[in-house]
Amino acid sequence: MHETRYHRPSSLDEAAKILSASADGRYLSGGQTLIPTMKHRLAEPTDLIDLTRLAELKGISESGGALTIGAATTHAEVASSDAVRKAIPALAALAGKIGDPAVRHKGTIGGSIANNDPGADYPAAALGLGATIHTSKRAIAADDFFKGMFTTALEDGEIVTKVSFPIPTKAAYEKFHNAASRYALTGVFVAVTKGGDVRVAVTGAGASGVFRAGGIEAALSSTFAADAIGGVAIDSSDLLSDIHGSADYRANLIKVMAERAVAAIA
Amino acid sequence: MAKDGIGASVLRKEDRRFTTGQGTYTDDVNRPGQLHAVFVRSPHAHATIKSVDLTAARAMPGVVAIHTGEELAEGGINNLICGWGITSKDGTPMKMGPYPPLAIGKVRFVGQPVLAVVAESRGQAEDAAHAVEVDYDILPSVTRLADALNPDAPAVHHFEADGAVWEHGQPPKNLIFDWELGDAKATDQAFAKAKHVVKIDVVNNRTVPSAMEARAVVAEYASAGEHFTLWNTTQNPHLLRVVLSAFINVAPEHKLRIIAPDVGGGFGSKIFTYSEEVVCLWSAKATGRPVKWASSRSEAFLTDAHGRDHITTAEMAFDENHKMLGLKVDTIANLGAYMSLFASLIPTYLYGPLLSGQYAIPAIHCNVRAVYTNTVPVDAVRGAGRPEATYVLERLIETAARELGVDRAELRRKNFVRTFPYQTPVLWQYDSGDYDGLLDSVLAKADWNGFPARKAESAKRGKLRGIGLSCYIEACGVAPSSAVGGALGCGVGMWEMAEIKVNPVGTVEVFVGTLGHGQGHETTYAQIAADRFGIPIDSISVIEGDTDKVQQGMGSYGSRTAGNGTSAVSKALDKVEAKAKKIAAHLLEASEDDIKIEDGNFVIAGTDKKLTLTEVALAAYAFHKLPTDIEPGLDEKAYFDPVNLTYPAGAFVCEVEVDPATGTTEIVNFTAVDDFGNVINPMIVEGQVHGGVIHGIGQALLEEVVYDPDSGQLMTGSYNDYCMPRADNLPTNFELAFQVTPSPSNPLGVKGCGEAGAIGAPPAIINAITDAIGTNDLQMPATAEKVWRALQGVSAKNAA
Amino acid sequence: MTTVAMTVNGKAVSVDSEDRALLVEVLREKLNLTGTHVGCDTSQCGACVVLVDGVAVKSCTMLAAQADGSTVETIESLAKNGELHPMQVAFNENHGLQCGFCTPGMIMTAVDMVRRRGKTLDDTTIRHELEGNICRCTGYVNIVKAIKAGAARM
Repeated sequence: MHETRYHRPSSLDEAAKILSASADGRYLSGGQTLIPTMKHRLAEPTDLIDLTRLAELKGISESGGALTIGAATTHAEVASSDAVRKAIPALAALAGKIGDPAVRHKGTIGGSIANNDPGADYPAAALGLGATIHTSKRAIAADDFFKGMFTTALEDGEIVTKVSFPIPTKAAYEKFHNAASRYALTGVFVAVTKGGDVRVAVTGAGASGVFRAGGIEAALSSTFAADAIGGVAIDSSDLLSDIHGSADYRANLIKVMAERAVAAIA
Repeated sequence: MAKDGIGASVLRKEDRRFTTGQGTYTDDVNRPGQLHAVFVRSPHAHATIKSVDLTAARAMPGVVAIHTGEELAEGGINNLICGWGITSKDGTPMKMGPYPPLAIGKVRFVGQPVLAVVAESRGQAEDAAHAVEVDYDILPSVTRLADALNPDAPAVHHFEADGAVWEHGQPPKNLIFDWELGDAKATDQAFAKAKHVVKIDVVNNRTVPSAMEARAVVAEYASAGEHFTLWNTTQNPHLLRVVLSAFINVAPEHKLRIIAPDVGGGFGSKIFTYSEEVVCLWSAKATGRPVKWASSRSEAFLTDAHGRDHITTAEMAFDENHKMLGLKVDTIANLGAYMSLFASLIPTYLYGPLLSGQYAIPAIHCNVRAVYTNTVPVDAVRGAGRPEATYVLERLIETAARELGVDRAELRRKNFVRTFPYQTPVLWQYDSGDYDGLLDSVLAKADWNGFPARKAESAKRGKLRGIGLSCYIEACGVAPSSAVGGALGCGVGMWEMAEIKVNPVGTVEVFVGTLGHGQGHETTYAQIAADRFGIPIDSISVIEGDTDKVQQGMGSYGSRTAGNGTSAVSKALDKVEAKAKKIAAHLLEASEDDIKIEDGNFVIAGTDKKLTLTEVALAAYAFHKLPTDIEPGLDEKAYFDPVNLTYPAGAFVCEVEVDPATGTTEIVNFTAVDDFGNVINPMIVEGQVHGGVIHGIGQALLEEVVYDPDSGQLMTGSYNDYCMPRADNLPTNFELAFQVTPSPSNPLGVKGCGEAGAIGAPPAIINAITDAIGTNDLQMPATAEKVWRALQGVSAKNAA
Repeated sequence: MTTVAMTVNGKAVSVDSEDRALLVEVLREKLNLTGTHVGCDTSQCGACVVLVDGVAVKSCTMLAAQADGSTVETIESLAKNGELHPMQVAFNENHGLQCGFCTPGMIMTAVDMVRRRGKTLDDTTIRHELEGNICRCTGYVNIVKAIKAGAARM
């Protein structure tokens, strides 16, 4: 790892100031992706600004039909939260499938959303539930937030502060994990909103990161049943193909995972 | 039998330090004034080194030295060696490309060490290593085994200058040797009269060994006595010392002490001599300070010798009664960019002679072409050659049963070897076994006959259930030295040494030249001594892994410890016992022949006159009452050179459920019945089988080294991309049992157990999956996608 | 350089280290607690698992500076006055270790597992909970057994 300077600011403002004063600073949340990346010198930030102890980024609350989770909340906290389990059990279950127990004790929802790894689980929930991502500057709809692999709408210095998930009528997440890394080779989040809309978000499979599966949404909107998905055509040309899975295989998994998610809640 | 003696599941003596964090692994060793080495490695699969600029790196904080290949060569350091010479069938020796510890002029695989940066801290050494500038001219590379012999493949080494004369003109450029075993003519004749011939093409996937402790080195030099000490993650400290001194010339043997402290697994990877040991020893002398190197996992993927990597075509001839007539095997084996220490042995004498399996096959011919590629060197990984042979044979037989429409178990049974010793047509002579017993036992335990009902039940849940069988043979402890060192080309003797020291207070120290790295040697050897003297194992210490304490040894690999190590210990115990009895007889005024050992006492048979071991030992050292024809001391050494290998065998049944929607395989039942001869500690042996079987599950379902064919980059360079088996890959039900036919080749009748699981499991698993999915067209690892694809092929065929 | 103040195995310590130093490096190199191991560099093998503020984390994927102000428990903390922790006893009695390298991480993970999931653990739960710990020797069979037995006795 390249040498760096570690900072632990006491407010969002201070964090932003340290970042702007640094030559090439990075915010540090759970660090479960960033630190291994730094160990391999694939990232060499001059400064690390630790956000995990900021009170402004903590807490889980429910109001106005939405569940709001502070960005520094760990996956373990989400998975075991009574509030999350009650309001959106699929979200708690998803958090409990990220990485492994030790990783879940450190990794945070804000870090995961901001990093937007193409195999990460949270982006599927955020997009599938139509979440709003609140930042130090503004609120961004999930539909506008994820801009492709490791790319988001966040501007330089902008910090994810919390994520608000509208509580759906029902939702389920099915993950087919990469046997080695345990990231999602393909994960499908299916939700029926309070307004009756069906949203289906796919992670792990897209060549440009998380995306909504319009064909499946349309099919489920007319009949919300697992066997409605069989006839949907998935265009594999937009899907990832790598040593862990071809685009064709991922296309198959999208349908199978979607069917299983629907079967769990139909 | 003593409570802690042979046959008892004694809890391990070594566990206390490991469970409390007090184990001492090489990276836990720190020496005063220690420097840290970091290696600059080739980022290219094949390139010429045009220039190296060290100016910036040398000026970095903390940098003490940067070593180059040229510097080592000028200092008289020789190339790394391959210690087993193989001769091609046309009589020419194998072609060994020079393997300097640090690259000179050219690099031939991604990860090859080019320079070593030595600095005050590891961080500083890393920083400086990143500041080194090496200018490469990238050359075309070949990484895939299947491409290595193509006429247009780039040459990994150029041998033209060697002046080697080949009988039939220049061989393909990447060919290392073209070796054969068995009688080609007799085999052709067998095929000519065959009623049925069955043929398969199989790939044995390349894997990494991946011991959880990565390799590490601490080297120290004392200028006063010109003496070196090397702490190293090695499976064989004495063998390493011979290679480092006699061949590589980095330190004289009598001034090089090698200490293998606790070693965190090996699986073959820690047998070999690597660049890092050589360079750290060199650096310790050059800098005058201790030098440490500890491999990262990423470096381990790029440098620890890989395993397997064969492609094979095999055919078996049967007569009208389904008796085997002959077997033909044609294999290409990838040995990587350079020949590692035992690279040539693995696809030859650890492979060809295993092809007879448990079967009486009158004629066998095996041809192996070994090739260079621009990949990490390939050498022994758990099983080493034997898994590859077993996989070929057991898939071939399963295929034959399906094609001939006969029961798989019965086809095997019909062809079993039943009389021992049995001379195979491929060198080895099996010493003992009961293959019918193994098969009967495994079929009963696995409820083989109840399978159709279970399959029907799975089908109701939308799952495809399959069952597979594998009957394996192993050959442990390559022997005897006179044979392997002569005709077979081994560069060393394959004996083992032990010394038993009874201290004046009656405690016992067992010194032995093997090297436990997880197998529980401290407990097992202590059990043997406890058994002999009837004393508790707490009064026995086992010492391995220090060339200053243990006089000689050959180390632990190839499941050789059980057969060779325990035999050397037994022989040394014989000598100690004889002497102790002589002393006791004198003290008790009895005849030596009348002295018996009972419950830790030397007793005159039929009387109550006795001496404790302590009394006898004290007399041996406090030498007051003994006559002059007895030497003082109670300390004896013995070498054991086996007369034959040992031949463990087993039968495995694997039952899987495949999810047709995703191709995911779940191993629902795994049943293993093994014959390891006599078992010293059943608990430890069961643990070895568990580990071996899961290792086999890894190869069959999950593990595969992948290189990018264009760039030559290793694509599976971390646990993110290379899939290690996890706890949730365990079979849902896992049953094992032992059957005992003692080996006649060693005093304790033991055979060895460390590799059996990894040898027998892969074909059982693949045979089960192919049974479930209804097609034989499947190669390892049977990942979910591969199985799903195979199923798509079946549906397409059915639709057509 | 930074100064990290932590409570490690019940003792207050203050260590000067580079900001880039990982928690595992400080434990091993500055505090000589070499029971915590490093088995990979991608946060997967779990040989480095310790408890930070009471929960399992991978000490190779955390800067020491992040642990400033925290309580850290390593494998060396489990045995009290020479008496082994029930999980350590269970690993011995069930032959849950071979080479011992992954063992400290396995045991710390197991202790964390019991704290979160209770003393009655079934095989499926244990297998799933061990997703972040790799062992090459044992095939996990006896590790699962050991954790089940150790949990019951905690």
